[in-house]
Amino acid sequence: MSTLLEVSGVSVSFDGFKAINNLSFSIGNSELRAIIGPNGAGKTTFMDIVTGKTRPDEGSVRWGELSHSLLKMNESQIARAGIGRKFQRPTVFEDQSVYDNLAMALKKDRAPWSVLFFRPYPEDKARIEGLAEEIGLSEQLHRKSGELSHGQKQWLEIGMLLAQEPRLLLVDEPAAGMTLAEREHTTDLLKEAAKTRAVVVVEHDMEFVRRLECKVTVLHEGSVLAEGSLDHVTKNQDVIDVYLGR
Amino acid sequence: MNRSFFARNPSVLVFIAVLALFTLAVTVTSEAVGSGALSTSFIKTLGKTLCLCLVAIAMDLIWGFAGILSLGHMAFFGLGGYMIGMWLMYARTEMIVTASMANAEIPPTDQEIVDAIGTQIFGVVGSSDFPPIWAFADSLTLQLAMVVLVPGLLALVFGWLAFRSRVTGVYLSILTQAMTLALALYLFQNDSGLRGNNGLSGLQNLPGADAIPQADISLWFFWASALALALGYLLAAWITSGKFGSVIRGIRDDEARVRFLGYSVEGYKLFVFTLTAVIAAIAGALYYPQAGIINPAEIAPIASIYLAVWVAIGGRGRLYGAVIGAAFVSLLSTWFTSGQAPSIPLGFYTIDWVDWWQVLLGISFVLVTLFAPKGIGGLVDIFTGRIPPKRHGADLGPDSGSLQEQEAEQ
Repeated sequence: MSTLLEVSGVSVSFDGFKAINNLSFSIGNSELRAIIGPNGAGKTTFMDIVTGKTRPDEGSVRWGELSHSLLKMNESQIARAGIGRKFQRPTVFEDQSVYDNLAMALKKDRAPWSVLFFRPYPEDKARIEGLAEEIGLSEQLHRKSGELSHGQKQWLEIGMLLAQEPRLLLVDEPAAGMTLAEREHTTDLLKEAAKTRAVVVVEHDMEFVRRLECKVTVLHEGSVLAEGSLDHVTKNQDVIDVYLGR
Repeated sequence: MNRSFFARNPSVLVFIAVLALFTLAVTVTSEAVGSGALSTSFIKTLGKTLCLCLVAIAMDLIWGFAGILSLGHMAFFGLGGYMIGMWLMYARTEMIVTASMANAEIPPTDQEIVDAIGTQIFGVVGSSDFPPIWAFADSLTLQLAMVVLVPGLLALVFGWLAFRSRVTGVYLSILTQAMTLALALYLFQNDSGLRGNNGLSGLQNLPGADAIPQADISLWFFWASALALALGYLLAAWITSGKFGSVIRGIRDDEARVRFLGYSVEGYKLFVFTLTAVIAAIAGALYYPQAGIINPAEIAPIASIYLAVWVAIGGRGRLYGAVIGAAFVSLLSTWFTSGQAPSIPLGFYTIDWVDWWQVLLGISFVLVTLFAPKGIGGLVDIFTGRIPPKRHGADLGPDSGSLQEQEAEQ
């Protein structure tokens, strides 16, 4: 399996506090991976570094077959290169309809001039309707997304990520604040997405991670503590001490 | 979704129809071609108001839609006025000078004519040489191009510097205020080349049109302003109705999210900033020939703040709101400050509106911001029934879109 994203020896500190400490991590094409760890383990900072929001003090982040460095690119260039990110809180454009939200995310030329003259083709509409079907929001297509429930907003955001057709999906706590049924739907969405692309899920909830049935990376104090199947890492004494034991 | 542009944006047709009716009504009551019920000076006021409505549309695009509170757009408006004013002054002075020198025994050379024009224009600031910025003033075509290019370039350079450093929010507002203040202070200097605090004057006299009464000219400018407003409204409505509008509203609501969708936020901001600067400049180029005079006080920081107040009172985020706000507040301001509003004697003190108008405007701005954030334009929602339900009770979920206490109980 070829490597899609390779993070090696990355460190970053905020005001002397080492949020990420010599972190190395790699993920292959079409792999589903869960990252767990206690608060302050550096899960969100890791995502910030990959998506260009935070610049690391040292280390390298390489992407794709050609091993481009992501550290020289800004957020929007990284997003166009094929890395999609879902935030912890659902961030959809509440003032706009579900349709508009999905249309904005659809993989198209993003330059201002071509967006200005953009008019949707029938296949774009079909794609948006297909996505809405997939995330269970067909009925809500023309409602303002601000009116949706919390869970529906989470799905809309996942739908927007899928519309971007990223090669790597970074998902931050997708199940937070969801009911049991909603969680199951979310698990299915993520597993389905991971068939065609790499998906990295940051999650607190062990039950949710178990349902994903994937390789797990445990972070602690900014570096990798253990890696393997969920059963394997939960038996690891270090992991029990720092995370599960509490 | 396949309906036409007008079917999706019915307010555009309504706006164009109202503007056309208004233009017709003013035309048939004008001194030039109609009954003469409206004085020429009032038609000029109305024409100027239409130009202010156009710059308010630009302000609404940049503030109401893209969320960038620029407090410097009147600088572009003023620059547009200066650019057209240079040609108007030059061409008219040239005619006067040529006429007076035609009787001389030896016909004047071209250089002598240019020198004489220079003395006429710059005598007031103790100079007679043309500064380099007047190089194109003898050509209407080139000077009209300058109306668009000079403010456009200034906006492009300023915007590029500001947006690439990711200056946002109140810091950007302060920066734009500094820009307009710096420009005004520079133009106040006599050696800035634009006649210092005297400004450019006599702009209401079109060169070669001395025989045409001002009544006719004022009506022409009124029509031109109405046409420009209609085109500006159409352009703005077209921009905001499509995917581009979606993206800039996205930038207004959550800039970082748009960036993670792969859009270059800085590019979009720069595009909107420059476009609105050009719209403002065109509005200014139509405004100042009707006002007759432009001086650096016109681009003082307060002018751009007024612009923001108009848009806020009218209702930002909807184009007709900006137009209503600009028309309503600026006409009301004319009425109050020209001494037409009756003073209120309180016995111990007389409220003289010329002095108290600004206080009234300030209070209304605060009240609108606090109690009617949708502004005057929000009243339209009452007629079209787009009123959000009253949702008493506390939020149940972590976000404002979720059910509220009382709804959940039902």
